[in-house]
Amino acid sequence: MKLNQISVFLENKPGQLKLACKRLADANINILTLSLADTKQFGVLHLITPEWERARDVFKQSGFIASVNDVLAVEVADRPGGLVDVLDAIDEAGLNVEYMYAFTFGDKGKAALIFRFSEADAAVEKLKASGVNLIDKVELFARSGK
Amino acid sequence: MQPELWNDVLGQFHPASAPDYLPPAQLQQLQLQRLQATVKRTYENVALFRQRLDERSVKPEDIRSLKDIQRLPFTVKNDLRDTYPFGLFASPMQEIVRMHASSGTTGKPIVVAYTQEDLDVWTSVMVRTMASAGAHRGDIVQNAYGYGLFTGGLGFHYGAEALGAAVIPISGGNTDRQIMLMRDFGATVICCTPSYFIHLIERAGEMGVNLKELPLRIGIFGAEPWSESMRQYIRENSNINPYDLYGLSEITGPGVAAECNCHNGLHIFEDHFYPEIVDPQTGEVLPDGAEGELVLTTLSKKAMPIIRYRTRDITTITHEPCGCGRTLCRFLRVGRRSDDMFIIRGINVFPSQVETALLQMEGTLPHYQIVLTRDKGLDQMEVQVEVTSEIFSDTVGGLESFQQKLETAVEQTIGIRVGVRLVEPHTIQRSEGKAKRVIDQRKL
Repeated sequence: MKLNQISVFLENKPGQLKLACKRLADANINILTLSLADTKQFGVLHLITPEWERARDVFKQSGFIASVNDVLAVEVADRPGGLVDVLDAIDEAGLNVEYMYAFTFGDKGKAALIFRFSEADAAVEKLKASGVNLIDKVELFARSGK
Repeated sequence: MQPELWNDVLGQFHPASAPDYLPPAQLQQLQLQRLQATVKRTYENVALFRQRLDERSVKPEDIRSLKDIQRLPFTVKNDLRDTYPFGLFASPMQEIVRMHASSGTTGKPIVVAYTQEDLDVWTSVMVRTMASAGAHRGDIVQNAYGYGLFTGGLGFHYGAEALGAAVIPISGGNTDRQIMLMRDFGATVICCTPSYFIHLIERAGEMGVNLKELPLRIGIFGAEPWSESMRQYIRENSNINPYDLYGLSEITGPGVAAECNCHNGLHIFEDHFYPEIVDPQTGEVLPDGAEGELVLTTLSKKAMPIIRYRTRDITTITHEPCGCGRTLCRFLRVGRRSDDMFIIRGINVFPSQVETALLQMEGTLPHYQIVLTRDKGLDQMEVQVEVTSEIFSDTVGGLESFQQKLETAVEQTIGIRVGVRLVEPHTIQRSEGKAKRVIDQRKL
């Protein structure tokens, strides 16, 4: 159920994000979704792409520091309270969220949440048990039309 | 005898190394004779030195023991600049066969000259340097010091040839080609600055070349101060044995002092270079074991003898016997130069202290830079450290906590808390020669 997310270290200065994205564009790699966590000095770019292995190699070869992390994609109803339902389940399971981001995709009325838990495997078990709808990568990319 | 053993024996001895083992009394006698001849020659041929001796009413004949060297005036770098270009030459141009010059970052460069005899001495100390690192005939020496006006390239080149090794005169730069030739030619010895070698390790990794699988076994690193932690890093990431070498153009170039396989200080080739340790402030000569500035006198140089040269390098000398059997005295590795020291908020800081603090932390490469600025009259210091795969965390919190750990490590070493900034790989400029560690942007 786990997804391979690419994380890239970026200095917080003009043009850095574009530079990183340009490398992927040049390699003809499409991004499904991304998020950027930043401080005054630096940021970490998180991105999801079907071609994560190639993306990792592109970053490595062009001198970026990049890592691959396990994240989970959760389907939620795109309506008020949809997110709270999922967070309730996470709370009850006693899971610690490192960070998360959301995007809408393919089907109307559905959104996907990307979660980074400190322990991804434990999270898969617990969330499945509490009836949360986890989307695996095949399904995610298929439904997004990638 | 098995070939490997034979190699070891060869590595321990080269005929040129004989003076390394002179009995102390004999060495001192040789030093005194050479000192007397050098003082006489310099007095007769160099106006500046004659004038300074006359001012002190000292005559060359007054040098009756080695201790009398203390009656002679110091030579400083500015003396070489003030007499640019040929003012300190003691030989006519007919006898000079080579000249080198420094980069001259502050104004005029300094010029040094050699007679054929000077070059032969220089080559012999380079042979001794390489032999004490265990290099020998049959070795393939990749010489990545810059060829040209800088003494590093040609010094190593002639030394390696005289040793009987095969030299790859690749000079500095062109890192990808360095790695290709290192692999394809099977280089066994690399000569360059330690910071450049770290750059080579890093680039080789990116190119998919594992230095640990290459025949490379010895590195002779000099031209800039480096720390014990950097040595450790080099050992762990390349499986070679790193040797420190010391030299300066003013005295001859590389080959003034070198480490043996005991790695407990650098043996000074005292039969050609007479060392003293002085108090950097007062100039007073300090005893064995005391820390101070290294002062060197050339004992054999003909074209440009230099008396009591203030090197600005801070170290300690010991005459205790070394496990390798050499009788030459040793000085502890130069971790710092009085030139490199900077003062921040009234505290003296050496870049090497910061380096040691950074390298204590798992995963930090020795790629760092110190930037000094002044904001509303207050000095600010920022240590920029490149992020590596080992320290990278995909959470901002993880990176921030690493940053704080670095700040604490630096604070514990230098005594004040300064900012650490994590920067992307390759943003700190790689030098092919001496690494520039401190960028001082303060406007006084």
